Amino acid sequence: MLTVIAVFFPLLGAAAAGLLGYPAGDRTSQVVSILCMIVASLAGVTAAVLLGVGVTHPGTIPIATWISAGTFKVSWALRIDTLSAVMVAMVTTVSMLIHVYSVGYMAHEERPCWRFFSYISLFSFSMLMLVTANNILQLFFGWEGVGLMSYLLIGYWYYKPSANAAAIKAFVVNRVADLFFTVGIALLFFQFRTLSLSAIFAAVPEHAATEYELFGSSLPVLDVIGVLLFIGAMGKSAQLFLHTWLPDAMEGPTPISALIHAATMVTAGVFLMARMSPLLEYAPVALGLVAFIGGSTSFFAATIACVQFDIKRVIAYSTCSQLGYMFIGAGVSAFQTSIFHLLTHAFFKSLLFLGAGSVIHAMSDEQDMRRMGGLWRKVPITYAMMWVGFLALAGIPFFDGFYSKDAILEAALSTPTGIAFYAYVTGVVGAYLTAFYSWRVLFMTFHGISRVEPHVQEHVHESPAIMTVPMILLAIGATVIGFALHNVFIGPDWRSFWGTSLFTLPGIHPLARMESIHGAVKWVPTMVAFAGLGTAYVFYILRPGIPAWLAEHFRPVYLFLVNKWYFDEIYDAVFVRGAFRLARLLWQVGDVTVIDGVPNGIAVLATDSSAEVVKLQTGSLAQYAFAMVIGVVVLIAVFLLFR
Amino acid sequence: MVVGLGHYLAVSAILLVLGVFGIFLNRKNVIIIMMSIELILLAVNLNLVAFSAALGDMVGQVFAMFVLTVAAAEAAIGLAIVVVYSRNRGSIEVEDVTLMKG
Repeated sequence: MLTVIAVFFPLLGAAAAGLLGYPAGDRTSQVVSILCMIVASLAGVTAAVLLGVGVTHPGTIPIATWISAGTFKVSWALRIDTLSAVMVAMVTTVSMLIHVYSVGYMAHEERPCWRFFSYISLFSFSMLMLVTANNILQLFFGWEGVGLMSYLLIGYWYYKPSANAAAIKAFVVNRVADLFFTVGIALLFFQFRTLSLSAIFAAVPEHAATEYELFGSSLPVLDVIGVLLFIGAMGKSAQLFLHTWLPDAMEGPTPISALIHAATMVTAGVFLMARMSPLLEYAPVALGLVAFIGGSTSFFAATIACVQFDIKRVIAYSTCSQLGYMFIGAGVSAFQTSIFHLLTHAFFKSLLFLGAGSVIHAMSDEQDMRRMGGLWRKVPITYAMMWVGFLALAGIPFFDGFYSKDAILEAALSTPTGIAFYAYVTGVVGAYLTAFYSWRVLFMTFHGISRVEPHVQEHVHESPAIMTVPMILLAIGATVIGFALHNVFIGPDWRSFWGTSLFTLPGIHPLARMESIHGAVKWVPTMVAFAGLGTAYVFYILRPGIPAWLAEHFRPVYLFLVNKWYFDEIYDAVFVRGAFRLARLLWQVGDVTVIDGVPNGIAVLATDSSAEVVKLQTGSLAQYAFAMVIGVVVLIAVFLLFR
Repeated sequence: MVVGLGHYLAVSAILLVLGVFGIFLNRKNVIIIMMSIELILLAVNLNLVAFSAALGDMVGQVFAMFVLTVAAAEAAIGLAIVVVYSRNRGSIEVEDVTLMKG
């Protein structure tokens, strides 16, 4: 019941804010949607706690029948288990705090902003449908719902061409991934004759040996499905090759970046991996790919984050990189660690985005760190909150990231496969870079000499309480959640906590293997984090000339990173221009020449030939008569000859 | 010389050819075309009557009467058209009758 409240109150809030917003105004819609979110978050957290301590039990809550066509039956139902309860609690809480923060952030808007509150409430509802889905089609409904709301919110400032372009880019890149996801869903139905998660999971072992024959090679069914679902997750979670939309998505309002593009929607891919763990466990190739892409992304995105100057873009690439860590966890079967990191990341990364939003707000919409510096006296609360967020992000001991990220790296190290080791190495290098870019942001924004333009400098101010209080609450989350929950999530009690919601093949569990790591190796991620912090201190406080010197002497490397590994350029050349060329070809050859040409040609042929034929009609009776006689002669001749 | 069926047919054929040539060699007068048509019909009639006599079958001669009737009607209508045409256009020259030219 609590879960039903948690899921449907955001929908109620969205409907109220959207429908009443125009007649009743901004304030009403803000109050209504926030009240609904508060109710939802209280219900969500309570439900998770009750489930965690064993008062309530996993189950499903049927709501309605959706599709019933022959043997194809899909119903609306909420699946309640530890995984969904944790996600519901996280989504409702973070969403509620960001709703509150948005009131302050959107206060400077000239246009009415009830649309914004309706959208983010509806987004929360879609996300909750996604995480509580009882069948994969309902999950897909939520998946597309969050994608749609992401599109609408990235393009919220619809009068900015760049925002529209970013929104379309996000939508299109996600459609590419969703194509694979839909094919995966279709194959699931084809193979299992049902879309219900429980029924699929129960039937998975029977299909472990089934193979598809394709072009002479045989592919295990579960691997094929696993890879297809993962490609869908890659798009949503902005993993390498399908990540290009996420940095551009920063065109949206900052609360949106915090909620959708850091805390919740982008983690849907990780959630999908965890949700499908009973299937993925039987798909070793797919899991290997997950770990490989996750490791590559964690490193790749971190390198880019080190050279960007837009404060939001740095954090966006950081999100990309952290999602890579979560996929490493999933790829080495330690789904518990990736969900744990998902949870902690939701808090510290939305905190960082809200902090960045607060800085941008204070700086009159300036986002370039080259025009910041020395701000810490002006915005002390934001400064302190950003510190907490970055400490948690970098994995400094006893903050959130320390527990969750290190657990993922340990799980990767203790897994005896090459890919897992690759993921470990990239993850550790990524951890170093993470700490480096974290303090690079802190030092460039808050320390050093002020590079703020004079007319902006006059207006720099700390944000109002309605913005700082949610940040403080998130900072508390970013400080205590890791410490408080690591025993439950990945500690000795994990088995009773997770129940059957996450599945791992029988044998030595990755969480158990992690125990075998002792001594100095355990502290490697922490040490590289401190090393990264130190490097940033040297680069940006002690010797501020070093970054420029490096950029000058390693210019190709620097340009490579500044241009984001040239992904956008390559995609532009191959896909965008390729699509344009193909479209031009289809337009000029296919449409103009063939499709228009055939009927036009037939019409021209008819008029031309009739223009010729009409010349026979001379109007001269003598010629007609002559033709008639000739005709008679010919007919008689034919008659006589071929009688 | 005994006049036989062959002679009748020869005259009839000559009349037919004259009529045909009269139609399309004539460039002057619509009335001449009508006269040529009469010639053709008469040639046909001659054939009918000749065969009727030769075969002793009266049907041919009855049929010739029908043809004469039709020819008379045709001449009447044709002349009426020609009169109206000449009244409207002031000419019945074949060369000028080209209103149907495409």
